[in-house]
Amino acid sequence: MAILVIAEHDNASLKVATLNAVTAAAKIGGEIHLLVAGANLGAVSAAAAKIAGVTKVLVADAPQLEAHTAENLAALIKSIAAGYSHVLAPATTSGKNVLPRVAALLDVAQISEITAVESPDTFVRPIYAGNALATVQSADAVKVITVRTTAFDAAAGEGGSAAVEAIAAPADTGLSRLVGREVTKSSRPELAAAKIVVSGGRGLGSGENYRAVLEPLADKLGAALGASRAAVDAGYVPNDFQVGQTGKIVAPQLYIAVAISGAIQHLAGMKESKVIVAINKDADAPIFQVADYGLVADLTTAVPELVKALG
Amino acid sequence: MKILVPVKRVVDPDVKVRVKADGSGVDLANIKTSINPFDNIAVEEAVRLKEQGIATEVVVVSVGSTSSQETLRAALAIGADRGILVETDVDVQPLAVAKVLKALVDKEQPRLVIAGKQAVDDDANQTGQELAALLGWAQGTFVSKLVLQKPDADEITVSREIDGGLETLALKLPAVVTADLRLNEPRYATLPNVMKAKKKPLDVVKPADLGVDVASRLTTLKVSEPPNRKAGIIVADVAQLVEKLKNEAKVI
Repeated sequence: MAILVIAEHDNASLKVATLNAVTAAAKIGGEIHLLVAGANLGAVSAAAAKIAGVTKVLVADAPQLEAHTAENLAALIKSIAAGYSHVLAPATTSGKNVLPRVAALLDVAQISEITAVESPDTFVRPIYAGNALATVQSADAVKVITVRTTAFDAAAGEGGSAAVEAIAAPADTGLSRLVGREVTKSSRPELAAAKIVVSGGRGLGSGENYRAVLEPLADKLGAALGASRAAVDAGYVPNDFQVGQTGKIVAPQLYIAVAISGAIQHLAGMKESKVIVAINKDADAPIFQVADYGLVADLTTAVPELVKALG
Repeated sequence: MKILVPVKRVVDPDVKVRVKADGSGVDLANIKTSINPFDNIAVEEAVRLKEQGIATEVVVVSVGSTSSQETLRAALAIGADRGILVETDVDVQPLAVAKVLKALVDKEQPRLVIAGKQAVDDDANQTGQELAALLGWAQGTFVSKLVLQKPDADEITVSREIDGGLETLALKLPAVVTADLRLNEPRYATLPNVMKAKKKPLDVVKPADLGVDVASRLTTLKVSEPPNRKAGIIVADVAQLVEKLKNEAKVI
Protein backbone atom coordinates (compact mmCIF):
# COMPACT_ATOMS: atom_id res chain seq x y z
CA MET A 1 0.00 0.00 0.00
CA ALA A 2 1.04 3.55 -0.62
CA ILE A 3 2.17 6.19 1.89
CA LEU A 4 0.32 9.49 2.19
CA VAL A 5 2.37 12.60 3.02
CA ILE A 6 0.53 15.76 4.04
CA ALA A 7 2.05 18.77 2.25
CA GLU A 8 2.82 21.87 4.28
CA HIS A 9 2.08 25.11 2.48
CA ASP A 10 0.36 28.48 2.82
CA ASN A 11 -1.84 28.17 -0.31
CA ALA A 12 0.86 30.10 -2.19
CA SER A 13 4.06 28.10 -1.85
CA LEU A 14 5.15 24.68 -0.71
CA LYS A 15 7.17 24.63 2.53
CA VAL A 16 10.48 22.80 2.61
CA ALA A 17 9.36 20.71 5.62
CA THR A 18 7.25 18.73 3.14
CA LEU A 19 10.44 17.55 1.45
CA ASN A 20 11.85 16.21 4.72
CA ALA A 21 8.66 14.22 5.31
CA VAL A 22 8.90 12.80 1.77
CA THR A 23 12.39 11.50 2.58
CA ALA A 24 11.06 9.79 5.71
CA ALA A 25 8.35 8.20 3.57
CA ALA A 26 10.97 6.99 1.11
CA LYS A 27 12.84 5.31 3.97
CA ILE A 28 9.68 3.43 4.93
CA GLY A 29 9.41 2.27 1.32
CA GLY A 30 6.42 2.20 -0.99
CA GLU A 31 4.65 4.46 -3.42
CA ILE A 32 4.39 8.05 -2.11
CA HIS A 33 1.30 10.18 -2.57
CA LEU A 34 1.13 13.80 -1.48
CA LEU A 35 -2.01 15.50 -0.21
CA VAL A 36 -2.25 19.22 -0.92
CA ALA A 37 -5.27 20.64 0.88
CA GLY A 38 -6.30 24.29 0.88
CA ALA A 39 -7.72 26.81 -1.55
CA ASN A 40 -6.47 28.26 -4.85
CA LEU A 41 -3.74 25.68 -5.05
CA GLY A 42 -2.50 26.00 -8.63
CA ALA A 43 1.08 26.97 -7.79
CA VAL A 44 1.41 24.65 -4.79
CA SER A 45 0.14 21.57 -6.62
CA ALA A 46 2.44 22.29 -9.57
CA ALA A 47 5.41 22.46 -7.18
CA ALA A 48 4.25 19.31 -5.40
CA ALA A 49 4.13 17.34 -8.66
CA LYS A 50 7.83 18.04 -9.23
CA ILE A 51 9.07 16.51 -5.97
CA ALA A 52 11.33 13.57 -6.70
CA GLY A 53 9.87 10.27 -5.52
CA VAL A 54 6.22 11.37 -5.38
CA THR A 55 4.00 9.42 -7.80
CA LYS A 56 0.66 11.08 -7.20
CA VAL A 57 -0.51 14.44 -5.89
CA LEU A 58 -4.03 14.60 -4.48
CA VAL A 59 -5.41 18.12 -4.53
CA ALA A 60 -8.35 19.08 -2.33
CA ASP A 61 -9.09 22.67 -3.31
CA ALA A 62 -12.09 24.05 -1.46
CA PRO A 63 -13.05 27.25 0.39
CA GLN A 64 -13.58 25.39 3.68
CA LEU A 65 -9.93 24.27 3.55
CA GLU A 66 -8.46 27.73 2.96
CA ALA A 67 -7.69 28.42 6.64
CA HIS A 68 -6.25 24.90 7.18
CA THR A 69 -8.32 24.41 10.33
CA ALA A 70 -7.62 21.14 12.12
CA GLU A 71 -11.26 20.09 12.13
CA ASN A 72 -11.76 20.36 8.36
CA LEU A 73 -8.31 19.03 7.42
CA ALA A 74 -8.61 16.02 9.73
CA ALA A 75 -12.03 15.16 8.29
CA LEU A 76 -10.53 15.24 4.80
CA ILE A 77 -7.49 13.13 5.69
CA LYS A 78 -9.66 10.63 7.53
CA SER A 79 -11.84 10.25 4.43
CA ILE A 80 -8.90 8.96 2.37
CA ALA A 81 -6.59 7.41 5.01
CA ALA A 82 -7.98 3.89 4.86
CA GLY A 83 -6.28 3.32 1.50
CA TYR A 84 -2.82 3.96 2.96
CA SER A 85 -0.32 2.06 5.11
CA HIS A 86 1.11 5.28 6.59
CA VAL A 87 0.05 8.90 6.93
CA LEU A 88 2.99 11.28 7.49
CA ALA A 89 3.23 14.99 8.17
CA PRO A 90 6.18 17.18 9.16
CA ALA A 91 6.21 17.90 12.92
CA THR A 92 5.59 21.61 12.41
CA THR A 93 2.94 23.50 14.37
CA SER A 94 0.57 22.65 11.55
CA GLY A 95 1.37 18.92 11.46
CA LYS A 96 1.25 18.68 15.25
CA ASN A 97 -2.12 20.39 15.26
CA VAL A 98 -3.84 18.23 12.67
CA LEU A 99 -2.33 14.75 12.77
CA PRO A 100 -3.30 13.68 16.32
CA ARG A 101 -6.87 14.58 15.40
CA VAL A 102 -6.58 12.27 12.39
CA ALA A 103 -5.10 9.50 14.56
CA ALA A 104 -7.98 9.67 17.02
CA LEU A 105 -10.57 9.67 14.22
CA LEU A 106 -8.90 6.51 12.88
CA ASP A 107 -8.51 5.05 16.39
CA VAL A 108 -4.76 4.59 15.99
CA ALA A 109 -1.85 5.62 18.21
CA GLN A 110 0.15 8.44 16.62
CA ILE A 111 3.92 8.15 16.63
CA SER A 112 5.18 11.69 17.29
CA GLU A 113 8.33 13.30 15.86
CA ILE A 114 10.21 10.31 14.56
CA THR A 115 13.93 10.78 13.97
CA ALA A 116 14.63 7.43 12.27
CA VAL A 117 12.84 4.64 10.43
CA GLU A 118 13.93 1.16 11.53
CA SER A 119 11.35 -0.76 9.49
CA PRO A 120 7.85 -0.05 8.14
CA ASP A 121 6.38 -0.55 11.62
CA THR A 122 9.28 0.47 13.87
CA PHE A 123 10.50 4.01 14.47
CA VAL A 124 12.83 5.96 16.75
CA ARG A 125 11.60 9.04 18.59
CA PRO A 126 13.19 11.25 21.24
CA ILE A 127 11.61 11.44 24.70
CA TYR A 128 12.48 13.44 27.83
CA ALA A 129 13.70 16.46 25.83
CA GLY A 130 15.92 14.24 23.73
CA ASN A 131 17.74 12.75 26.71
CA ALA A 132 16.53 9.29 25.66
CA LEU A 133 15.57 7.70 22.36
CA ALA A 134 12.64 5.27 22.29
CA THR A 135 12.33 2.63 19.59
CA VAL A 136 8.62 1.95 19.20
CA GLN A 137 6.65 -0.54 17.17
CA SER A 138 3.12 0.06 15.93
CA ALA A 139 0.56 -2.68 15.31
CA ASP A 140 -2.03 -0.27 13.87
CA ALA A 141 -3.33 -0.81 10.33
CA VAL A 142 -2.64 2.81 9.38
CA LYS A 143 0.45 4.28 10.98
CA VAL A 144 0.02 7.99 11.67
CA ILE A 145 3.39 9.69 12.08
CA THR A 146 4.84 13.16 12.48
CA VAL A 147 8.40 13.61 11.24
CA ARG A 148 11.12 15.67 12.89
CA THR A 149 12.30 17.58 9.84
CA THR A 150 15.89 18.05 11.00
CA ALA A 151 16.40 14.27 11.14
CA PHE A 152 15.73 13.70 7.44
CA ASP A 153 17.35 15.44 4.45
CA ALA A 154 15.04 17.28 2.09
CA ALA A 155 13.97 15.32 -0.99
CA ALA A 156 14.77 16.98 -4.31
CA GLY A 157 12.13 19.56 -5.14
CA GLU A 158 12.67 19.12 -8.88
CA GLY A 159 12.82 16.17 -11.21
CA GLY A 160 9.58 14.38 -10.41
CA SER A 161 6.49 14.30 -12.58
CA ALA A 162 3.63 13.06 -10.43
CA ALA A 163 0.09 12.70 -11.67
CA VAL A 164 -2.21 15.34 -10.21
CA GLU A 165 -5.69 14.27 -9.16
CA ALA A 166 -8.41 16.48 -7.74
CA ILE A 167 -10.33 15.03 -4.81
CA ALA A 168 -13.49 16.20 -3.08
CA ALA A 169 -13.38 17.72 0.40
CA PRO A 170 -15.94 16.89 3.09
CA ALA A 171 -18.35 19.68 4.02
CA ASP A 172 -17.30 22.43 6.45
CA THR A 173 -17.51 21.13 10.04
CA GLY A 174 -18.37 24.68 11.13
CA LEU A 175 -16.44 24.19 14.37
CA SER A 176 -13.78 26.87 14.01
CA ARG A 177 -13.18 30.01 12.03
CA LEU A 178 -10.02 31.92 11.21
CA VAL A 179 -10.15 35.46 12.58
CA GLY A 180 -6.67 36.55 11.53
CA ARG A 181 -2.98 35.82 11.30
CA GLU A 182 -0.01 37.95 12.27
CA VAL A 183 2.92 36.47 10.46
CA THR A 184 6.30 37.89 11.38
CA LYS A 185 7.76 39.53 8.28
CA SER A 186 11.45 38.98 7.95
CA SER A 187 14.03 39.04 5.22
CA ARG A 188 16.08 36.48 7.13
CA PRO A 189 15.95 32.75 6.41
CA GLU A 190 13.32 30.64 8.15
CA LEU A 191 14.61 29.54 11.56
CA ALA A 192 13.82 25.83 11.21
CA ALA A 193 15.49 25.55 7.79
CA ALA A 194 18.39 28.04 8.07
CA LYS A 195 22.00 26.98 7.46
CA ILE A 196 23.27 29.33 10.15
CA VAL A 197 21.41 30.32 13.31
CA VAL A 198 22.42 33.08 15.72
CA SER A 199 20.62 32.61 19.00
CA GLY A 200 20.47 34.75 22.11
CA GLY A 201 19.65 34.19 25.74
CA ARG A 202 18.63 36.07 28.81
CA GLY A 203 22.18 37.38 29.23
CA LEU A 204 21.46 39.91 26.49
CA GLY A 205 19.52 41.88 29.06
CA SER A 206 16.78 43.40 26.91
CA GLY A 207 15.01 43.13 23.57
CA GLU A 208 16.80 46.29 22.46
CA ASN A 209 20.16 44.79 23.30
CA TYR A 210 19.23 41.49 21.66
CA ARG A 211 18.62 43.32 18.39
CA ALA A 212 21.56 45.70 18.69
CA VAL A 213 24.06 42.92 19.38
CA LEU A 214 22.76 39.98 17.35
CA GLU A 215 21.23 41.51 14.22
CA PRO A 216 24.56 42.74 12.79
CA LEU A 217 26.01 39.24 13.27
CA ALA A 218 22.99 37.56 11.68
CA ASP A 219 23.14 40.06 8.79
CA LYS A 220 26.82 39.38 8.24
CA LEU A 221 26.29 35.60 8.17
CA GLY A 222 22.92 35.52 6.41
CA ALA A 223 21.66 33.72 9.49
CA ALA A 224 18.26 33.21 11.08
CA LEU A 225 17.72 34.56 14.59
CA GLY A 226 16.72 32.33 17.47
CA ALA A 227 16.42 32.56 21.22
CA SER A 228 16.28 30.56 24.41
CA ARG A 229 13.03 30.16 26.30
CA ALA A 230 14.38 32.49 28.98
CA ALA A 231 14.78 35.26 26.40
CA VAL A 232 11.25 34.65 25.13
CA ASP A 233 9.82 34.58 28.67
CA ALA A 234 11.61 37.85 29.38
CA GLY A 235 9.85 39.35 26.34
CA TYR A 236 12.98 40.13 24.29
CA VAL A 237 11.63 38.35 21.19
CA PRO A 238 8.41 36.67 20.01
CA ASN A 239 7.76 33.02 20.83
CA ASP A 240 8.37 31.82 17.28
CA PHE A 241 12.06 32.59 17.86
CA GLN A 242 12.21 29.95 20.57
CA VAL A 243 14.61 27.05 20.05
CA GLY A 244 14.14 24.08 22.35
CA GLN A 245 12.02 21.20 23.56
CA THR A 246 8.88 23.29 23.49
CA GLY A 247 9.86 25.56 20.65
CA LYS A 248 11.55 24.85 17.35
CA ILE A 249 14.01 22.04 16.71
CA VAL A 250 16.89 23.22 14.55
CA ALA A 251 19.96 21.51 13.13
CA PRO A 252 21.86 24.09 11.08
CA GLN A 253 25.44 23.82 9.81
CA LEU A 254 26.41 26.46 12.36
CA TYR A 255 24.64 27.42 15.58
CA ILE A 256 26.00 30.39 17.51
CA ALA A 257 24.65 30.58 21.06
CA VAL A 258 25.20 33.97 22.64
CA ALA A 259 24.62 34.37 26.37
CA ILE A 260 22.67 31.12 26.53
CA SER A 261 23.41 29.02 29.60
CA GLY A 262 22.33 25.74 28.01
CA ALA A 263 19.35 24.38 29.95
CA ILE A 264 18.25 20.83 29.08
CA GLN A 265 15.20 22.23 27.28
CA HIS A 266 17.32 24.45 25.05
CA LEU A 267 19.88 21.76 24.22
CA ALA A 268 17.00 19.53 23.10
CA GLY A 269 16.31 21.98 20.29
CA MET A 270 19.81 22.51 18.90
CA LYS A 271 22.23 19.76 19.86
CA GLU A 272 21.99 18.11 16.43
CA SER A 273 23.55 21.20 14.85
CA LYS A 274 26.70 20.38 12.89
CA VAL A 275 28.91 22.97 14.55
CA ILE A 276 28.02 24.74 17.79
CA VAL A 277 29.70 27.93 18.97
CA ALA A 278 29.01 29.23 22.47
CA ILE A 279 29.84 32.72 23.64
CA ASN A 280 29.22 33.18 27.35
CA LYS A 281 30.99 34.99 30.13
CA ASP A 282 30.30 32.14 32.58
CA ALA A 283 32.96 29.50 31.98
CA ASP A 284 30.86 26.94 33.86
CA ALA A 285 27.76 27.33 31.67
CA PRO A 286 26.48 23.90 30.52
CA ILE A 287 26.35 25.15 26.91
CA PHE A 288 30.14 24.70 26.76
CA GLN A 289 29.69 20.93 27.21
CA VAL A 290 28.01 20.66 23.81
CA ALA A 291 29.89 23.44 22.02
CA ASP A 292 32.58 22.64 19.46
CA TYR A 293 34.08 26.06 20.01
CA GLY A 294 33.58 27.95 23.23
CA LEU A 295 34.54 31.54 23.83
CA VAL A 296 34.47 32.75 27.41
CA ALA A 297 33.93 36.45 26.93
CA ASP A 298 31.60 39.36 27.49
CA LEU A 299 29.14 39.41 24.61
CA THR A 300 29.08 43.19 24.37
CA THR A 301 32.67 43.23 23.17
CA ALA A 302 33.04 39.73 21.69
CA VAL A 303 30.07 39.84 19.29
CA PRO A 304 30.90 43.20 17.66
CA GLU A 305 34.49 42.02 17.41
CA LEU A 306 33.30 38.86 15.67
CA VAL A 307 31.22 40.90 13.22
CA LYS A 308 34.28 42.97 12.41
CA ALA A 309 36.55 39.94 12.06
CA LEU A 310 34.14 38.38 9.58
CA GLY A 311 34.83 41.33 7.34
CA MET B 1 -19.49 27.13 32.82
CA LYS B 2 -17.64 24.11 34.10
CA ILE B 3 -14.00 23.69 33.01
CA LEU B 4 -12.12 20.39 33.02
CA VAL B 5 -8.31 20.45 33.21
CA PRO B 6 -6.26 17.27 32.76
CA VAL B 7 -2.94 17.26 34.65
CA LYS B 8 -0.02 14.84 34.47
CA ARG B 9 2.63 13.94 37.00
CA VAL B 10 5.99 14.06 35.22
CA VAL B 11 9.67 13.94 36.02
CA ASP B 12 10.70 17.41 37.11
CA PRO B 13 11.71 19.23 33.91
CA ASP B 14 15.05 20.30 35.39
CA VAL B 15 16.11 16.73 36.12
CA LYS B 16 18.19 15.03 33.44
CA VAL B 17 16.96 11.45 33.21
CA ARG B 18 19.24 8.46 32.77
CA VAL B 19 18.54 5.53 30.51
CA LYS B 20 18.55 2.15 32.29
CA ALA B 21 21.49 -0.06 31.41
CA ASP B 22 19.20 -2.83 30.11
CA GLY B 23 17.51 -0.45 27.67
CA SER B 24 14.05 -1.07 29.10
CA GLY B 25 13.33 2.58 29.85
CA VAL B 26 14.55 5.52 31.89
CA ASP B 27 15.39 5.22 35.55
CA LEU B 28 12.51 6.77 37.48
CA ALA B 29 13.39 5.41 40.94
CA ASN B 30 13.33 8.14 43.61
CA ILE B 31 13.32 10.84 40.96
CA LYS B 32 11.85 14.28 41.66
CA THR B 33 8.45 14.76 40.04
CA SER B 34 6.17 17.73 39.49
CA ILE B 35 3.03 18.76 37.67
CA ASN B 36 3.67 19.00 33.92
CA PRO B 37 4.54 22.71 33.39
CA PHE B 38 2.02 23.23 30.59
CA ASP B 39 -0.72 21.64 32.72
CA ASN B 40 0.14 24.08 35.49
CA ILE B 41 -0.47 26.92 33.02
CA ALA B 42 -3.79 25.29 32.03
CA VAL B 43 -4.92 25.10 35.67
CA GLU B 44 -3.95 28.73 36.24
CA GLU B 45 -5.97 29.85 33.22
CA ALA B 46 -9.05 27.93 34.36
CA VAL B 47 -8.76 29.36 37.87
CA ARG B 48 -8.47 32.90 36.45
CA LEU B 49 -11.66 32.33 34.44
CA LYS B 50 -13.36 31.31 37.66
CA GLU B 51 -12.05 34.40 39.43
CA GLN B 52 -13.46 36.52 36.59
CA GLY B 53 -16.86 34.96 37.17
CA ILE B 54 -16.87 33.16 33.82
CA ALA B 55 -16.22 29.63 35.06
CA THR B 56 -18.37 28.17 37.81
CA GLU B 57 -16.28 25.13 38.67
CA VAL B 58 -12.79 23.87 37.80
CA VAL B 59 -12.38 20.10 37.85
CA VAL B 60 -8.87 18.66 37.56
CA VAL B 61 -8.28 15.13 36.34
CA SER B 62 -5.20 12.93 36.31
CA VAL B 63 -4.60 9.48 34.90
CA GLY B 64 -1.87 7.57 36.67
CA SER B 65 -0.71 5.82 39.80
CA THR B 66 -1.83 6.75 43.30
CA SER B 67 1.11 9.21 43.50
CA SER B 68 -0.73 11.38 40.99
CA GLN B 69 -2.93 12.45 43.91
CA GLU B 70 -0.08 14.82 44.83
CA THR B 71 -0.30 16.37 41.38
CA LEU B 72 -4.05 16.85 41.77
CA ARG B 73 -3.53 18.41 45.22
CA ALA B 74 -1.01 20.81 43.66
CA ALA B 75 -3.67 21.86 41.14
CA LEU B 76 -6.27 22.19 43.90
CA ALA B 77 -3.85 24.43 45.80
CA ILE B 78 -3.73 26.79 42.81
CA GLY B 79 -7.50 27.09 43.03
CA ALA B 80 -9.22 24.17 41.27
CA ASP B 81 -12.35 23.00 43.09
CA ARG B 82 -12.34 19.23 42.79
CA GLY B 83 -10.11 16.41 41.62
CA ILE B 84 -10.60 13.06 39.94
CA LEU B 85 -7.84 10.45 39.80
CA VAL B 86 -8.26 7.71 37.24
CA GLU B 87 -5.99 5.27 38.96
CA THR B 88 -3.88 2.78 37.04
CA ASP B 89 -0.33 1.49 37.22
CA VAL B 90 -0.23 0.92 33.48
CA ASP B 91 1.77 3.43 31.42
CA VAL B 92 -1.21 4.99 29.67
CA GLN B 93 -0.49 6.29 26.16
CA PRO B 94 -2.02 9.53 24.81
CA LEU B 95 -4.90 8.00 22.83
CA ALA B 96 -6.00 5.97 25.86
CA VAL B 97 -5.75 9.09 28.05
CA ALA B 98 -7.95 10.90 25.52
CA LYS B 99 -10.50 8.06 25.76
CA VAL B 100 -10.51 8.24 29.57
CA LEU B 101 -10.98 12.02 29.37
CA LYS B 102 -13.81 11.62 26.87
CA ALA B 103 -15.63 9.30 29.28
CA LEU B 104 -15.20 11.91 32.04
CA VAL B 105 -16.34 14.75 29.77
CA ASP B 106 -19.47 12.74 28.94
CA LYS B 107 -20.14 12.42 32.66
CA GLU B 108 -19.10 15.88 33.87
CA GLN B 109 -20.37 17.89 30.88
CA PRO B 110 -17.82 20.75 30.94
CA ARG B 111 -18.10 23.32 28.14
CA LEU B 112 -14.36 23.85 28.00
CA VAL B 113 -11.34 21.60 28.46
CA ILE B 114 -7.98 23.33 28.94
CA ALA B 115 -5.02 20.96 28.65
CA GLY B 116 -1.26 21.48 28.45
CA LYS B 117 0.06 21.37 24.88
CA GLN B 118 2.46 18.54 25.64
CA ALA B 119 3.82 16.55 28.53
CA VAL B 120 7.54 17.04 28.99
CA ASP B 121 8.21 13.34 29.57
CA ASP B 122 6.93 11.58 26.44
CA ASP B 123 6.84 14.83 24.40
CA ALA B 124 3.93 13.41 22.38
CA ASN B 125 1.80 16.55 21.96
CA GLN B 126 -1.35 14.57 21.14
CA THR B 127 -3.87 14.26 23.95
CA GLY B 128 -5.79 17.53 23.56
CA GLN B 129 -6.18 17.14 19.81
CA GLU B 130 -7.25 13.51 20.24
CA LEU B 131 -9.80 14.38 22.89
CA ALA B 132 -11.29 17.08 20.63
CA ALA B 133 -11.54 14.53 17.80
CA LEU B 134 -13.23 11.89 19.96
CA LEU B 135 -15.75 14.46 21.20
CA GLY B 136 -16.29 16.02 17.77
CA TRP B 137 -15.43 19.39 19.33
CA ALA B 138 -13.44 22.34 18.02
CA GLN B 139 -9.78 22.52 19.04
CA GLY B 140 -7.40 25.39 19.70
CA THR B 141 -3.84 24.19 20.23
CA PHE B 142 -0.69 26.02 21.44
CA VAL B 143 -2.74 28.88 22.79
CA SER B 144 -1.09 32.05 24.14
CA LYS B 145 -4.28 34.05 24.69
CA LEU B 146 -7.84 33.08 25.36
CA VAL B 147 -10.91 35.32 25.37
CA LEU B 148 -14.30 34.28 26.71
CA GLN B 149 -16.74 37.17 26.76
CA LYS B 150 -19.34 35.78 29.15
CA PRO B 151 -20.29 32.56 30.96
CA ASP B 152 -22.87 31.53 28.37
CA ALA B 153 -20.81 32.51 25.31
CA ASP B 154 -21.19 30.42 22.17
CA GLU B 155 -17.62 31.00 21.08
CA ILE B 156 -14.15 31.29 22.49
CA THR B 157 -11.42 33.30 20.74
CA VAL B 158 -7.89 31.96 20.96
CA SER B 159 -4.48 33.15 19.74
CA ARG B 160 -2.28 30.27 18.66
CA GLU B 161 1.50 30.12 18.49
CA ILE B 162 2.25 28.98 14.93
CA ASP B 163 5.49 28.74 12.95
CA GLY B 164 6.22 32.29 11.90
CA GLY B 165 3.77 34.12 14.12
CA LEU B 166 0.31 34.05 15.65
CA GLU B 167 -3.10 32.89 14.45
CA THR B 168 -6.44 33.87 15.93
CA LEU B 169 -9.34 31.43 15.75
CA ALA B 170 -12.93 31.59 16.92
CA LEU B 171 -13.95 28.17 18.25
CA LYS B 172 -17.50 27.03 18.73
CA LEU B 173 -18.12 25.90 22.30
CA PRO B 174 -17.80 23.33 23.75
CA ALA B 175 -14.12 23.15 22.80
CA VAL B 176 -10.71 21.81 23.77
CA VAL B 177 -7.85 24.29 24.16
CA THR B 178 -4.18 23.44 24.79
CA ALA B 179 -1.93 25.86 26.66
CA ASP B 180 1.39 27.18 25.41
CA LEU B 181 4.01 28.93 27.53
CA ARG B 182 2.91 32.51 27.17
CA LEU B 183 -0.74 31.95 28.12
CA ASN B 184 0.00 33.07 31.68
CA GLU B 185 2.48 32.88 34.51
CA PRO B 186 1.13 30.44 37.07
CA ARG B 187 0.98 31.63 40.67
CA TYR B 188 2.73 29.86 43.49
CA ALA B 189 0.36 28.12 45.88
CA THR B 190 0.34 29.78 49.28
CA LEU B 191 0.60 27.66 52.42
CA PRO B 192 -3.03 28.36 53.48
CA ASN B 193 -4.17 27.27 50.00
CA VAL B 194 -2.05 24.12 50.19
CA MET B 195 -3.77 23.33 53.52
CA LYS B 196 -7.21 24.11 52.05
CA ALA B 197 -6.46 21.87 49.05
CA LYS B 198 -6.07 18.90 51.37
CA LYS B 199 -9.74 19.17 52.28
CA LYS B 200 -11.07 19.55 48.74
CA PRO B 201 -12.91 16.53 47.25
CA LEU B 202 -10.80 14.04 45.31
CA ASP B 203 -12.52 11.01 43.78
CA VAL B 204 -10.64 7.92 42.70
CA VAL B 205 -11.97 5.75 39.88
CA LYS B 206 -10.49 2.99 37.71
CA PRO B 207 -10.32 3.05 33.90
CA ALA B 208 -12.61 0.00 33.86
CA ASP B 209 -15.26 1.97 35.81
CA LEU B 210 -15.31 4.32 32.83
CA GLY B 211 -15.38 1.44 30.35
CA VAL B 212 -12.01 2.37 28.84
CA ASP B 213 -9.30 -0.08 27.80
CA VAL B 214 -5.95 1.56 28.53
CA ALA B 215 -3.73 -1.16 27.08
CA SER B 216 -0.74 0.15 25.09
CA ARG B 217 -1.02 0.31 21.33
CA LEU B 218 2.63 1.12 20.71
CA THR B 219 5.25 -1.29 21.99
CA THR B 220 8.51 0.22 23.21
CA LEU B 221 11.21 -2.17 22.00
CA LYS B 222 14.08 -0.33 23.64
CA VAL B 223 15.18 2.98 25.09
CA SER B 224 18.72 4.14 24.42
CA GLU B 225 21.04 7.04 25.15
CA PRO B 226 21.31 9.61 22.38
CA PRO B 227 24.79 9.89 20.87
CA ASN B 228 26.94 12.28 22.85
CA ARG B 229 28.63 15.20 21.20
CA LYS B 230 32.39 15.11 21.38
CA ALA B 231 33.80 17.72 23.73
CA GLY B 232 35.02 20.80 21.89
CA ILE B 233 37.65 23.34 22.70
CA ILE B 234 37.72 26.72 24.33
CA VAL B 235 39.22 29.27 21.98
CA ALA B 236 41.41 32.08 23.27
CA ASP B 237 39.83 34.94 21.38
CA VAL B 238 37.61 36.03 18.51
CA ALA B 239 40.48 35.75 16.01
CA GLN B 240 41.03 32.09 16.86
CA LEU B 241 37.29 31.42 16.70
CA VAL B 242 37.06 32.85 13.19
CA GLU B 243 40.17 30.93 12.12
CA LYS B 244 38.68 27.63 13.41
CA LEU B 245 35.30 28.26 11.78
CA LYS B 246 36.96 29.04 8.45
CA ASN B 247 39.71 26.45 8.29
CA GLU B 248 38.76 23.59 10.60
CA ALA B 249 34.93 23.49 10.63
CA LYS B 250 34.67 25.16 7.21
CA VAL B 251 31.23 26.52 7.97
CA ILE B 252 31.80 30.18 7.09
